[in-house]
Amino acid sequence: MPEPPCSVVIENLVKRFGSFVAVDHINLAVRKGEVFGFLGPNGAGKSTTIRMLCGLLRPTSGRALVAGIDVARKPEAVRQKIGYMSQKFSLYNDLKVIENLRLFAGLYSVPAGELRGRIDWALEMANLKGQENLITGTLPGGWKQRLALGSAVLHRPPILFLDEPTSGVDPISRRQFWDLIHEMAQEGVTVFVTTHYMEEAEYCNRLALIFRGKMVTLGTPTELKRDSMKGDLLLVECDSLGRAVEALQSAPGVLDAAVFGSALHLVVAGAAEASPRIRSYLAERGIAVRRIEQIRPSLEDVFVSLTAGHGARQEATA
Amino acid sequence: MSLIRLLAVARKEIIHIRRDVRSLFIVVIMPVTLMLLFGYGVSLDLKHLPICVYDQDGSQQSQDMLKRFQASEYFHIERAVNSYSAVSRALDDGSAKMALVIPWDFSRRLRDGAPVSVQALVDATDDNTANILIGYTQAVLQSYSARLQTDWLQQRGQLLQPATVSVETRTWYNEDLESSDFIVPGVLALVMSVIGTFLTSLTIAREWERGSMEQLISTPVTAMEIMLGKLIPYFVLGMFDVAVCAVIAIVWFQVPFRGSFLTLAVSSALFLTVVLALGFFISVAAKNQFAASQIALLVTFLPAFLLSGFLFSIEQMPVFLQWFTYIIPARYFVSVLKDVFLKDTPMAMLSAQLIPLAAFACVLALVAARTFHKRLE
Repeated sequence: MPEPPCSVVIENLVKRFGSFVAVDHINLAVRKGEVFGFLGPNGAGKSTTIRMLCGLLRPTSGRALVAGIDVARKPEAVRQKIGYMSQKFSLYNDLKVIENLRLFAGLYSVPAGELRGRIDWALEMANLKGQENLITGTLPGGWKQRLALGSAVLHRPPILFLDEPTSGVDPISRRQFWDLIHEMAQEGVTVFVTTHYMEEAEYCNRLALIFRGKMVTLGTPTELKRDSMKGDLLLVECDSLGRAVEALQSAPGVLDAAVFGSALHLVVAGAAEASPRIRSYLAERGIAVRRIEQIRPSLEDVFVSLTAGHGARQEATA
Repeated sequence: MSLIRLLAVARKEIIHIRRDVRSLFIVVIMPVTLMLLFGYGVSLDLKHLPICVYDQDGSQQSQDMLKRFQASEYFHIERAVNSYSAVSRALDDGSAKMALVIPWDFSRRLRDGAPVSVQALVDATDDNTANILIGYTQAVLQSYSARLQTDWLQQRGQLLQPATVSVETRTWYNEDLESSDFIVPGVLALVMSVIGTFLTSLTIAREWERGSMEQLISTPVTAMEIMLGKLIPYFVLGMFDVAVCAVIAIVWFQVPFRGSFLTLAVSSALFLTVVLALGFFISVAAKNQFAASQIALLVTFLPAFLLSGFLFSIEQMPVFLQWFTYIIPARYFVSVLKDVFLKDTPMAMLSAQLIPLAAFACVLALVAARTFHKRLE
């Protein structure tokens, strides 16, 4: 089967603000119909990248192709093919729901004959039927978010850019929102979404981890969890976590040790041989181990281990 | 240029205006308020100025002369006093703007045919009022002495009148010398400046402040469509306000309207374009509603108020200020307004005002369109 064409291609993309490098030579390609996640902490360069892809910021160097069009050269041609939801809710609060939808239908030149159908479809999708005449500013956060999505897809764009679409939204609304995203992806829409919620990253087909402007790794959530950790992950439940983590950080054979909730996560070369050694190592120091077992790493483990290494290396070179 | 997108922006802008009490207030209430304020409040006519008299003579003749002051509508004899200290008190506390002191030998010297002078002490804190008072006083006394001369000649059997030259004045365009006729048309320029620049200065800045600009410019709508879509509603409102102000001026203040409505419409449209473009430019440059509104007041309202010839005659300004007024668009509009209301100057003769206005309109519209970019930086 031939590879589906790429909706978004980024080549050596760089954005500098003065001496600050917000986006540092990022390369990636997003396939058609993919839900592509851009994961990273605040300030990592996610929004800057997405804004360059929508033609709102000019890249310092490098190139971005969206739907095959160079964004820096023909931003208006790109804009007709994309839908964009900015990080901050930015529809008009003093307009009614229906007025916001009509506005964006007009801005995307939805033909008069299709206007009703498209708006009905957007209302249906956003689950806002019957709420047309509410003033947008009075809507709860989750509704606003769905309205913003509805407004961004009135022209049925093949590519959707969502910048932290679920920040500040309650978990149930968040879940509903992701269902919507997947419905659209099933219809062939490419979704490029940024987030800093680890659990949301699991919903993406592929993920890029971005940290301090650089892409740290790229892959499916499963690939990342399987391949990105050097070694096995052990969960250790024991007394006096603080003392234990301190001791284990300098223990032989332990690559990394961190507190995760009420337990410790250890990265070791081999789980089978390390477990008894750690048990006795801690026992020697008067710390009783209640449980020790190998677990599958979560995305958070991957992220912490990758960025910790990255950060340390950067600090060392600085 | 797409009409669908342009109309979408215009429709949204109209909704903003309709839902925002402040802008409705500025559009509807302000023109009426300004018209009434300036129509009634600002009067350059000086009438019934309070004066006090210190008549040391107290004769039939001195009273006869004072009657002439009393008869004049420019003076009002507030009180008669009988000491210099009372005179200076009246001037100090402002109860009199001028004091007339008639010397004790006033009637005797007149009888003897000797020259006599009357002292006028004038409060000159407001130099304009003082000058006018002096002028009126001299006029009253001149006619009084002319009368004395003829009486004196007649008493001596001289029936022949000496040759005199007098002025027959006819005041054109503002026959009754009403200052409201002169001021009220100019208020239109003031109203336009506020509607045009002040309101539009907020439209772009507001979008940046609320974050809606980012969503707006992510759509295919062009910078030109945003600009026109935002300005057209204000243009319509501005023209509506021109009509409201004109009706108030003509019907309420009885200002004559002798020119053509076409001239009024053309010049108003040009001036509106100027102020709208300027407001838009300020809004794009400032990106912040507070700064934008302050700048708008500074660059349009104040010049329109002070340097347009609306209240203060340009010819009487220092020369460098006179030159400066050439870059104030309101100057040309005020000049056209006064002509179109009070005279019936044909439009062709107003080209000296209309051409600069059109030039300002074109240049500012171009500058505004060029400075607005669909980018976040």
